[in-house]
Amino acid sequence: MSSIEERVKKIVVEQLGVEEDQVTPDASFIDDLGADSLDTVELVMALEEEFDCEIPDEEAEKIATLAQATAYVENNLE
Amino acid sequence: MKTKRVVITGVGCVTPLGNSVDTTWQALLAGESGIAPLQGFDTDAFSVRFGGQIKNLALNDWLSPKEARKMDPFIHYGIIAGSQALLDSGLEVTEANAERVGVSIGSGIGGIQTIETQHQTLQEKGPRRVSPFFVPGSIINMISGNLSIMHGLKGPNMAIGTACASGTHSIGDAYRMILHGDADVMVAGGAEHATTPLGVAGFAAAKALSTRNDDPQAASRPWDQGRDGFVLSDGAGAVVLEDYDLAKARGATIYCEVIGFGMSGDAYHMTKPAEGGEGGARCLKQALKNAGLNPDQVDYINAHGTSTPAGDVCEAQAIKTALGSAAYDTLVSSTKSMTGHSLGAAGAMEAVFTAKIMQQQVVPPTINLDQPAEGCDLDFVPHTARDVKVRYALSNSLGFGGTNASLVFARV
Repeated sequence: MSSIEERVKKIVVEQLGVEEDQVTPDASFIDDLGADSLDTVELVMALEEEFDCEIPDEEAEKIATLAQATAYVENNLE
Repeated sequence: MKTKRVVITGVGCVTPLGNSVDTTWQALLAGESGIAPLQGFDTDAFSVRFGGQIKNLALNDWLSPKEARKMDPFIHYGIIAGSQALLDSGLEVTEANAERVGVSIGSGIGGIQTIETQHQTLQEKGPRRVSPFFVPGSIINMISGNLSIMHGLKGPNMAIGTACASGTHSIGDAYRMILHGDADVMVAGGAEHATTPLGVAGFAAAKALSTRNDDPQAASRPWDQGRDGFVLSDGAGAVVLEDYDLAKARGATIYCEVIGFGMSGDAYHMTKPAEGGEGGARCLKQALKNAGLNPDQVDYINAHGTSTPAGDVCEAQAIKTALGSAAYDTLVSSTKSMTGHSLGAAGAMEAVFTAKIMQQQVVPPTINLDQPAEGCDLDFVPHTARDVKVRYALSNSLGFGGTNASLVFARV
């Protein structure tokens, strides 16, 4: 597991109040991890904070899983 | 109008004296103070450095960490008090009765801590960092909103904000909703968490607070010569109001009956009470008239009694005006001498206390009342709780803006 994935996972666990083993790469934040639309907004804000970046709204809407969030961060930053 | 009868079948509270009705009640009877140096922020620059905060709250017994994180503390307190009251009532909310069960829990200030911290985020990090939970986590009606979601309460959903009278107005209004047939059961009350930097600074600037920093537990001293302002407190109170016939049919424990409600406005000043307690007196008279009681029938008044120089004298005058000579035979105590003043939660906490008084037939004291001030010559039950027969009782709340509210309770 990349260190980026670990950092993203930690944020997902904190923001969504779920257990670490629930956050599999393809688990949907909304369908599988109990997030609502406001939770996902806050999750993206936490990612921006952690990786010191700005994720445009149209990109943020496409981030629905740990794998997608990790890929976005890997492809666009660092 | 009053073909129905409304009774209290459940009580809940979170106070500086304890995080349940039982712990709070025992502390009230023992004459304990819940006031202490303020925690949570650096108070060095503040003229007031103490208050009545909530201590050791087992928040996660009631809300998951994820839910709790999205809500201001005043919402936590209100949800816990409301949930306690529902649990205490033994009422089962089902598909069949859900639409007949409502909730109205107000607040004087609302989520000021969340407003402060989010404003700081806005200033330091810009608008993109303001939380999506800022608004739903701080607005006044979100106790009622969240409680309805948690317990499936589909009846009227309200929140009243009338400063320090919010809790009393909420209960009086909910009582009338049941009389009017809008609901059969209402969870009603108030909650507050204003012991924040901005909250303390604001009330201190208005010269409303005691500055007795060297002796916090002696600071709330209603009607005493040495009183110098109120003590800002946090917490919540809630009652379950229920149609008497339904309560009886399901064998509920009944604390007391609500038999009247009075309201008035001072039309005088933003923060000062009207001369001679004129507005408060009209409110008390209105409540007695609504209850169909004569002044000499009132055994006990849980006073607003905040320990402010002007307010305490005015309230004593209001009681004397409304009750006439009977005022001298009525017990009057201020539980704020022990809890401090929790603003919009106060009236609701005090309704809970009065329900316990009706059930247990004992009146908690006014502590710290060593030397009654001039004009404060009623039986304020100083220092020690008293076992007495209480058939009828009033609970009184007065708020900034000159808003007054009084509830009348009867033993069942």
